[in-house]
Amino acid sequence: MPAEILLEAIDVSRRFGGLLAVDRASLTLARGEVHALIGTNGAGKSTLVNVLSGEIAATGGRVRLAGRDVTRWPQPRRARAGLGRSYQRTTIFPRATVFENCRLTAQAHYQRAFALWSDATRCRDSTRVAEQAIEHAALSAQTHRIAGTLSHGQKRQLEIAMCLATAPDVLLLDEPLAGIGAEETDRMLALLASLAPGHAILLVEHDMDAVFRIADRITVMVNGTVIATGEPDAIRANADVQAAYLGEAWKAAETVGAET
Amino acid sequence: MKLRKLLVSIRDSAALRFWPLAVAVIALVAFPHVGGSFYVDLVLTTMILSIFALSLELLVGSTGLVSFGHAAFFGIAAYATALLSPSASAASLEWLLPAVLGITGLAAAVIGAFCLRTRGIYFIMVTLAFAQMVYFVFHDMKFAGGSDGRYLYVKPLLAIDGVTLLDLGNSRTFFYATLGCLVAVYALLAMIGRSRFGHALAGIRANEQRMRAAGFSTYSYKLAAFTLAGVLAGVAGFLHAVKDGFVNPEILAWHQSGTVLLMLILGGIGTLRGPVLGAFVFVLMKELFQSEALFGAFARHWQLPLGLAIIACVALMPNGVVALPTQLRRMRAPLPHAG
Repeated sequence: MPAEILLEAIDVSRRFGGLLAVDRASLTLARGEVHALIGTNGAGKSTLVNVLSGEIAATGGRVRLAGRDVTRWPQPRRARAGLGRSYQRTTIFPRATVFENCRLTAQAHYQRAFALWSDATRCRDSTRVAEQAIEHAALSAQTHRIAGTLSHGQKRQLEIAMCLATAPDVLLLDEPLAGIGAEETDRMLALLASLAPGHAILLVEHDMDAVFRIADRITVMVNGTVIATGEPDAIRANADVQAAYLGEAWKAAETVGAET
Repeated sequence: MKLRKLLVSIRDSAALRFWPLAVAVIALVAFPHVGGSFYVDLVLTTMILSIFALSLELLVGSTGLVSFGHAAFFGIAAYATALLSPSASAASLEWLLPAVLGITGLAAAVIGAFCLRTRGIYFIMVTLAFAQMVYFVFHDMKFAGGSDGRYLYVKPLLAIDGVTLLDLGNSRTFFYATLGCLVAVYALLAMIGRSRFGHALAGIRANEQRMRAAGFSTYSYKLAAFTLAGVLAGVAGFLHAVKDGFVNPEILAWHQSGTVLLMLILGGIGTLRGPVLGAFVFVLMKELFQSEALFGAFARHWQLPLGLAIIACVALMPNGVVALPTQLRRMRAPLPHAG
């Protein structure tokens, strides 16, 4: 196991009235790993990601970021402390250029809101970070395009670039592959793989093929609880996972059955 | 080719982009020397309302917060001006104006702190509710003169060592002081638009959740914008009180909040020229329909044609007067051929 744990969820719960959407879920994210979070629709994956990012408060348990207890921190503070996230639905600023999209999120570290006299587009720090993020996400050729005119796959890449522009240590990526084609999926997976060495990545994804290609570890949620965490091979072989989540289709696709 | 490039570069150069503004300012500077006193007074009213509309633009246009209670800050400042001025002598501007704007800013910060906990339609309703509360405070309290209002007998002046530098009781001085305020507010908002603060507000308007995810404490940004908008509305309220020498509760009634929103919509939201143009168009239309010379006895029912004219304007110019040139250009352009 990699040593440096960057994000830790300890018995995290979230209740919405009578519904326990997340029930004492625990997981750890280490620097250098891609950790996939999978589960059926309604398993509580998105709720868990929202609790981790601070968008909604936990009703139980604790969240630790780089060793600090951040359970009571609001989302912007967690973000400034190195927790970045992307969204399942595209949340770019469609009327701004690709560059301004990234520059604006990069500005979060260089806010100086009271420096009214200085031109935002001439802020050297945010400009530099934005350019790096755009290059990393392989969008350099599109830098001055209006974000709303990009292809869907490019918008997903921009979403990642905007996240990178906030210089995060931890990336919570909510279905970055949703709705994009095979070729773009390959490009996105290559991007995620290139990010893995410096970051801790939590990948919520429905594309099982992609998950097993890229994930170092996989956590499986069913009905709000974590039923298994482990390396892909172990998850593949786990009887609970097969029974509860992957079902018959899984067994048909598998050559090595765990049960006979 | 070269000539064309040169022409394009001239057209796009900053100096030329700002010529309509320069012409407008020069025209306003010259106006008191050529216009009759009735018209000078009308332009003065319009400039004050322009400042009021510009202050709301910071909320509605820049931040995406539709406030339906902005008259509260206009009115608080106007009342503070009248109540703080001594009745027998002139108040000194150097403490009156900061005090008025300070009170208005404090009120805006407190009211904003509550209102900004809500969003969308609820924000509109809560700002309206707070403004109505402020209205009834001034309407029902003895010290404010009730529905009769208060008079401001002697206008404030700025004097250092007994030398009068700025006497707002002098109508020409007051005209130029107002013009100076309008230019200053316009310049401040233009500067904010370019700044990091302004870019962050634009991000909040487009997608607040994304801004929070990036690390912006959006509540603080919105509260700062709300407070600043209140202070700038206070500048307009101060000028209004000094101009009329009289304040009454009607200036902070909900009609006033609605009127300033209408000016924004007429002029065009999202630019700084829009609110100024909107204020001019609104005041001119109102004067036009109130004119007995033109409409005779019917002028008494000016609200009816004014309302119809506003409906027509909004229907025909959905993006406001400011977008009219673009709209006309698009209409004149030949339709693209199919295939």
